[in-house]
Amino acid sequence: MKLTLEVWRQRDAVSPGAFETYEVTDATPEMTLLELLDRLNDQLVVEGREPVAFESDCREGICGCCGMDVDGRPHGPQANTPSCEQHVRSFQDGDRVVLEPLRSAAFPVVRDLVVDRSALDRVIQAGGHVAVDAGTAPDADATTVGYLTAEEALDFAACIGCGACVAACPNGSAMLFTGARITHLAKLPQTRAERGTRARSMVAQMEHDFGPCSTYGECAIVCPAGIPLSAIAAVGKERMRAFLRNRAD
Amino acid sequence: MTPRPEATSTATTLGPDDVRTVGTPVDGHVPDVAPDLAWDDRRLHYDLVAPANRRRFTVIVVGTGLAGAGAAAALGELGYQVECFTLHDAPRRAHSVAAQGGINAARARKVDNDSLHRFVKDTVKGGDFRGREADAFRLAQESVRVIDHMNAIGAPFAREYGGRLATRSFGGVQVSRTYYTRGQTGQQLQVAGADALLRQVARGTVTLHTRQEMLDLVVADGRAQGVVVRDLVTGKVRAVTAHAVILATGGYGNIYDKSTLARNSNATAAWRAHRRGAYFANPAFVQFHPTALPLMSQWQSKTILMSESLRNDGRIWVPLRADDDRAPQDVPEDERDYYLERRYPTFGNLTPRDVASRAARERIDAGYGVGPLKNAVYLDFADAIARLGKDAVVARYSNLFHMYQQATGDDPLSTPMRIAPGAHFAMGGLWSDYDLMTSVPGLFVGGEVGWGYHGANRLGANSLLSACVDGWFTLPYAVPSYLAPLLGTPALAPDHDAVAESLDAVRSRTGRLLSTGGTQGPARFHRRLGEILYRSAGVTRTPEGLAEGIADVRALREEFWQDVRVTGEGDVLNQELERAGRVADYLEMAELLCVDALDRDESCGAHFRADHQTPGGEAQRDDAAWCRVSAWESPAPGATDARFVRHDEPLTFQAVPLQTRNYA
Repeated sequence: MKLTLEVWRQRDAVSPGAFETYEVTDATPEMTLLELLDRLNDQLVVEGREPVAFESDCREGICGCCGMDVDGRPHGPQANTPSCEQHVRSFQDGDRVVLEPLRSAAFPVVRDLVVDRSALDRVIQAGGHVAVDAGTAPDADATTVGYLTAEEALDFAACIGCGACVAACPNGSAMLFTGARITHLAKLPQTRAERGTRARSMVAQMEHDFGPCSTYGECAIVCPAGIPLSAIAAVGKERMRAFLRNRAD
Repeated sequence: MTPRPEATSTATTLGPDDVRTVGTPVDGHVPDVAPDLAWDDRRLHYDLVAPANRRRFTVIVVGTGLAGAGAAAALGELGYQVECFTLHDAPRRAHSVAAQGGINAARARKVDNDSLHRFVKDTVKGGDFRGREADAFRLAQESVRVIDHMNAIGAPFAREYGGRLATRSFGGVQVSRTYYTRGQTGQQLQVAGADALLRQVARGTVTLHTRQEMLDLVVADGRAQGVVVRDLVTGKVRAVTAHAVILATGGYGNIYDKSTLARNSNATAAWRAHRRGAYFANPAFVQFHPTALPLMSQWQSKTILMSESLRNDGRIWVPLRADDDRAPQDVPEDERDYYLERRYPTFGNLTPRDVASRAARERIDAGYGVGPLKNAVYLDFADAIARLGKDAVVARYSNLFHMYQQATGDDPLSTPMRIAPGAHFAMGGLWSDYDLMTSVPGLFVGGEVGWGYHGANRLGANSLLSACVDGWFTLPYAVPSYLAPLLGTPALAPDHDAVAESLDAVRSRTGRLLSTGGTQGPARFHRRLGEILYRSAGVTRTPEGLAEGIADVRALREEFWQDVRVTGEGDVLNQELERAGRVADYLEMAELLCVDALDRDESCGAHFRADHQTPGGEAQRDDAAWCRVSAWESPAPGATDARFVRHDEPLTFQAVPLQTRNYA
C-alpha cells in the first residue's frame, strides 16, 4: 500500500512547528500505526534526514506512552484503541494521513509527536494515592470486597493515563482521567479513609491545569481503556459528597 | 534485509578457554543457618539508622517499576532522602505495567496443600536449582504481606463472590497461589506503586526526575556513590551523588530485538554498572515465553505476549502430519497432536515455560508449525468453550482475546490462537549477595535487573512478586544496614575526580556516537543482533552455534562503530541517540551472553544445550560441575588478556534436595 503522511515536525518546545509530507510505498495492512512510523523512520535515516520523534513503549496498549492525533482524532480511526493497536488496514491504498501530537494546551509539545503530559501526574500527586506505609497494611482478606464491587473498581482502574481524553475534549478537560481514578479508589472499601480529601484535592488540581467539562463525551469515544462516561458524573458526585460531609473519608 | 557478515573461519574452533578465565569465587553472604531461618537471622543482625538520622542519607533509585517505585517509596516513607530517576515521562509507564497474569504469594489460605515450603520447593525446582535457596525462602516469607500492602494502596485484586481474594493456578505448580486482577495484574500493581511513589514526591522525601537516563555509575573509594544521567529533552549530562545507589532498571530481554518487552526496556544502566565493576550473573539465562505471538511480517516490532494464564483453559496442539496446510477447524481431532498433554500427562498444558517453549520449538523445527510462516502452534479454546460456555471463557480472558484480535485480526473464540516462543524474562542480571548488594559496595539491585530467585528459569507469576518484595520489603532492610556505619559521612563531593571521570566518559561516548557519520541507523544493527542471538543463543544452543555467534557479534560491533549513523543533535530530544547508546551496550553484552552459554557446559532451565539432553529429549543438568552461579567480569578496555573472567558462587540445597525436574 502507498500512504502519504503529513507529519507535524517541531524541533523543541519553543521552536515553531510545521507539517512535512512523506510517502511510504510499502505499507502493509497488518502493520500498526507505529510500525508504519518505524518504516518511515528507517527510510528517513537512509536518506540522512532526521527521523520523526514519537513515543511508544509496550506496544501492547497498556503503558499509555503512545498517542498522537491521526486526522484530527486522538490515537486514530478505530474507536477505543491506542495508537499502538491502530492498524494500517484502517486506511485505503493511496490515503493521505495527517499525524500531529496530541493537541491540548495542557500538553506542551516536546518534539514532533511527543508531548509533555506531566499535568496528569500532578493530579495524581495531589491526592490520587492511599496513605498506607509499607508493612502497615491489614490482612487483605480482613475487608471483604464483593466480586461485583472489585469488577466495577477495575473498570475504572483500567485507565492507562495516555491523555487521549484530554486531547479529544474541545475544552481540554481531564474529567475522564480524574474521574476514573477517583471512582476506582472510592469503590474500594480499603482505600476509603481519604475519600473526601482525595476528591477535593484531585479536583482542585485538575481545575488548575485543565479546562472544564461540557459533557461532549468525545473522551469516552477515544479512550483505549473504555472508561465509561459515568466517571465524569462521579467527579461531581464525589466532590459534592466531600463538600456535604466535610470529613476526610 | 541487510546481509549479515559471514562468520570468520576461526569461529568454530572457539572453545570456553579461548574466551574466559576463571577467577576467585564470590561469596553470597548467606547467613550460616538453615535456609528457612536465614531472613529472620539476617534481619536481627542488620544495623539500624535512627529515625532522626535518616534524612542525612541520600539514596539514588534508578527505575520506577515495581521494584524501583517500591524501594523509593518505602525508603521515602522511612525518612531517607531519595533521588529517583526514570527515562519515562511518568513513573507509571515502567514495563512492569505490561505484566498480565498475576502475582504469587505463599499465603496458603486454601486446603490445596500449598505452604511456604511448597512455594520454595516449586520456585527452586522451577529454577532448575540454579538460584539461591535462602533467597527463595526470603521471597516466600515476604510474599505474604505484599498482597496485603498492594491491596491496601489500591490494587483491586480479583475477589470471590464472598468477597475474599481470588486465586488461580499458573504454569509450573499444582496449587492455586496466584493473585490477579483480570489480565492486568502488572498494570494495577504498577499504578498503585507509582502512585505511592508520587505520594512521597508530594511529601518531599522523594525527588523524581523524569525523562532522564542513567548512563554511568560513579564509583569512588571502592563504593558506588552516584550516577551520571542525561536529560533526554535538553541533552544535559550531569552527575548526582548519594550514599547508595539502587538499580531497578529491569531485564535485558530486548537484546534479542524481537522480544515481548517494551521497546524502551534496555540494559544500559546495568551494563554501565557492570563496566564499573559489578559482576554480571548468568547472562545466558533468558526465558523464552511459550505464549508470545509469532512474527508475521518484516516490520513487526515485537512479539506481543499473551498471558500464560491462557494455558489454564487453552489446549496446545499442532497437526499430526508435517506441512499440514489445512485450516485448524478442518483438522479432525484424531489428526491433532496435543504434544504437551502427550509428553507431560501430569502437568499437560501447564508445564513450566522452558519446557513448553522447547516443546513448541521442537515441533516447529520438525516441520509441524502452523500459520502462514509455519512458525507457530495452536492454542485452542474450543474445548473450554464447550465445557464452560462462551460467556465464562470470555469473562476469564476477555482483554487477552481482545488484544489478540487487535494484533492479528483473528477471533480466538472461533479459531485457535497462534503462539510461538519469544524472548521474554531475563533470569540473569547483575550479581548480588543475599543483601541484594552487587560486587560494588553501595550498589544494590531490585527486580529483574538482578539475578536473584529464578535460577535458570522463572515460574509464572513470580516476577511481579520478586520485584515487589525487593522494592517494598527487602531493600528497606538491607540498604539502611549498609548506610548505618556511614553516618556523618557526606555524600561524594560533586568535584571529586571519580565524578569528573564518569562525566567525561559519558560525554565522549555520546560525542562519538553523534560523530561516527556512518550509513546505518542503530535500529538496523539491533535487528541484526537479534537475528544472531535467536540463531545462536535461542531456545536451543550448540557449542558451534555459540562460537559462531560470538564471532558474529564481534564483527557486528566493529561494523557498528565504523558505520553507525546517528542523525540529529545532542542538545534536544534525540531518540536515535538514545537507541544508539543502548544498542552499543547490547553489542557488548551479547558477546558475554554467548560466552556464558558456551561456557555453561550443561542444560538447565532456559539454557538448553543440544549436546546435553536425555534420551527423551529433556534437559540434562550437570550438578557436579555446574551447581553454581557464574558471576562475570568483563576485561578492562585495552587489557592484554581480552578474556572474560568467571567468578563462581557455589550453590547448596538443603531444604529442597537436588533432583531432576520431571513434569511428566
